[in-house]
Amino acid sequence: MKVNSPLEVYKFLPQTNCGDCGEPTCMAFASHMIDRSLKLEDCPPLLEDKFRKKYLKLAELLAPEIREVMIGTGEHAVSVGGDDILYRHQLTFFNQPALAVDVWDTMSEDELTERIKFINEYKKFYVGRFLRLDMVAIRCTSGDPDKFKQAVTIAAGNTELPLILCSLDPKVLKAGLEVVADRKPLLYAATKDNWQEVADLVAEYDVPLVLFSPDDLDTLKSLAATFLEMGRDDLVLDPGTNPQGKSLRGSFENFLMIRRAGIKEGQRDIAFPLLAVPMTAYLANDDPVSASYWETVLASVFSVRYGDIMIVHSIEPYALLPELHIRDTIYTDPRTPVKVDPKVYEVGSPDKDSPVFVTTNFALTYYTVESDLASNGIDCYLLATDTDGLGVEAAVAGGQMTGQKVSDEFKRAGFDFSEMTGHNTVILPGLAARLQGDMEDASGLKVKIGPPDSGRIPGWIEKNWPPE
Amino acid sequence: MAKKIKLSELGSLFNDMDVESLEGVTIEGDIELEMDASGGLDPQMAYMLGHETAQIARHLINISRLLGYPVDQLFGSMAQGEVPGVTRPRQLLPSKFEVGRIEEWKNPIQEVTLGATSSDGGTRKNTITLGGENALPYYFDSPMPHRNHITMDVFDMPIGMAKAVKLNYEDVLESPAEWAKKVVNDFGADMVTIHLISTDPGIKDTSPREAAETVADVLQAVDVPIVIGGSGNPEKDPEVLEKAAEVAEGERVLLASASLNLDYERIAKAATDYGHVVLSWTQLEINAQKELNRKLMKQCGVKREDIIMDPTTAALGYGLDYAYTNMERIRMAGLMGDEELSFPMSSGTTNAWGAREAWMVGSPLKEDSDWGPREYRGPIWEIVTGLTLSLAGNDLFMMMHPGSVAVLKEITQSLHGSLERDAVDISNWVTAEV
Repeated sequence: MKVNSPLEVYKFLPQTNCGDCGEPTCMAFASHMIDRSLKLEDCPPLLEDKFRKKYLKLAELLAPEIREVMIGTGEHAVSVGGDDILYRHQLTFFNQPALAVDVWDTMSEDELTERIKFINEYKKFYVGRFLRLDMVAIRCTSGDPDKFKQAVTIAAGNTELPLILCSLDPKVLKAGLEVVADRKPLLYAATKDNWQEVADLVAEYDVPLVLFSPDDLDTLKSLAATFLEMGRDDLVLDPGTNPQGKSLRGSFENFLMIRRAGIKEGQRDIAFPLLAVPMTAYLANDDPVSASYWETVLASVFSVRYGDIMIVHSIEPYALLPELHIRDTIYTDPRTPVKVDPKVYEVGSPDKDSPVFVTTNFALTYYTVESDLASNGIDCYLLATDTDGLGVEAAVAGGQMTGQKVSDEFKRAGFDFSEMTGHNTVILPGLAARLQGDMEDASGLKVKIGPPDSGRIPGWIEKNWPPE
Repeated sequence: MAKKIKLSELGSLFNDMDVESLEGVTIEGDIELEMDASGGLDPQMAYMLGHETAQIARHLINISRLLGYPVDQLFGSMAQGEVPGVTRPRQLLPSKFEVGRIEEWKNPIQEVTLGATSSDGGTRKNTITLGGENALPYYFDSPMPHRNHITMDVFDMPIGMAKAVKLNYEDVLESPAEWAKKVVNDFGADMVTIHLISTDPGIKDTSPREAAETVADVLQAVDVPIVIGGSGNPEKDPEVLEKAAEVAEGERVLLASASLNLDYERIAKAATDYGHVVLSWTQLEINAQKELNRKLMKQCGVKREDIIMDPTTAALGYGLDYAYTNMERIRMAGLMGDEELSFPMSSGTTNAWGAREAWMVGSPLKEDSDWGPREYRGPIWEIVTGLTLSLAGNDLFMMMHPGSVAVLKEITQSLHGSLERDAVDISNWVTAEV
């Protein structure tokens, strides 16, 4: 964005401190514009006609350096790009890289629908929500526009996820667009050889477009400048993803250079989201496990350094799980608190016979334990000990979790075991086993040691609960 | 508006805006567009002219805006973006991509050498140098002088391990020396870490003297540089590491580790007395890392070339975001001149095996999709954890699984630019039969 202080934003706000946005003052609202935690549209008066000029000016000043491109329609639409920074600690990255899994038009209808069903449904629970796949990339491997059209029809009928239509042949792309243009698919791709025909397609169907120029950034920039000139700014750039050796380093450098040019140097005609194709790993590896591993490695590299869309081939869980996690890791907002409130939480509907577990108030630890308990239908109490946001192992090693401390936290929370339970028993995490004696002395409770990983609590409960 | 402009300057303005020569079009004093149409207009020519006049209109609008004239009001939405009727150019607009280097990275990361050969009073066959970077890893701003290195874990007693890891070590669990040979000879470890975990009073309470013998055995068994790790018990570690440092005198081992919650002065002294390097370990806190490094240098007299940092590694999905950003901040602060943070970094990448995704048979949550076979999940968890930190600036990786080591080497050396592999034609990846 072009401004960096709340004052610069404040100038353009109504300055009435009306509070309609939920903030006490316009200045407070302005600071939320700078850290991008609220949107301009959250200020209702600004949307009125009399403020229209100011609204437009602010929208321009606050626009992110890297354009935000929307692919698809409705609730499954995916936005990519929109970043303002090069390193996540400077603010946060926006819009997680979209993971697109490929299908191809020489698959049988059954194979195609089955693979798409898998893509639709794959999910992994993590910190209160599910990590999922985002898009389907349809590749034309037949070279036949009719065949491609057929595959696109089947795909579109089986998923609401946004689609990427992949072919370098404009006739093939047109065949696909005839079926799904209204779903705003991403068109892959315009190159130095086909750009004129593809330009006609995007003009006719008004869809976002990938520009593909492997290992040639001058041409990539030319393509971008040319499409901008034609009034298209819903562009995505693919500088090529070489799978190995020195040319892989070259691809990595290209991603760095393009993003730096866009964010640090404000070069507008190259400031677009980037697309990486980790599935080129399959061009360099014959063995499917090696290829899948290497694809995961490439997806990880480009999740960390500036890829905004990844096209991947492997649907092995050992590839998808780390891919889903690494992009979440990099795009998690570092400004959100890492701790939960230290207190006694109820999971399900606990009663006097329910177990009482202890964990720490590190958000990751707490949510992991909480979801393990809830998902397995275990009604219980759970103390999030204030360890200053450390996990169990580190807190025990560093002295932020001691028997006395845990005992005090129950008291502070007003949790009286003789009143709340009929068993007078507390369960410490397996990683805090060495606190057992200390805890017994400090609290006078019976202290049991749970498993080292909360995923094993269900099995532990079967053997150890209720206590004798 | 302070900005003044003469009409005669329009031409040069056009040049600034990358407008190509306007053939057949001249701009006269009072902005008349004269078109030389005497030769007759064929349709193609008319199209070209139309295109070019539209371009001129667009640039004139921009100029008016520059002059402070409210064109936007005059033209309404038309002047906002494109002039209507802009058709596609006949050729790609010429363009050259250029980008600058990062000027703020002025301060090199300290070079630290591990291991000593006979010429330096040790018995190692080779030494390993870390650090020396002038940029973030693998960036084009400045070549990275040394590649990443991997030290593989060896324990002084059998310990619990994930099944996928244990499979590789079942024949050597009872012998640290054989274990060390195996990781160097069979698994390509650059270095070996001997973890003296049995010294923990809560485990076996092995004496420092006995632990030192294990260290001597390992030094005898392999000729690569080594890391010596304690048990993590803050009371016992200083005396264990003192004895170990003594028996390894002159070998320039990495002593792991000095931290704020134990007597770091004793660790530092053991390192300086016997010619070793100190691992300065803190827990995901950049200010604590500065503090400990400062104390090691100012209070304990450790030289800059004898310090490596371990800012703590959290596994993928279990705090890797903090570990990653902590390391990236530390590295960038070092490059920008913070002398208390400009040291090479080491990662306990093995921590990745603590993630349940790495070792559990399946998800404990009924709602999750299938996690697939764990023997493939574990190694990739270790790889992605290490790889992510390599991008943040980590130099040395402590690892366990031989498959993970091989892949991490391949990717870090590829990004480093030191691996020759066949070029692959990616221009037609779309049609690949895979």
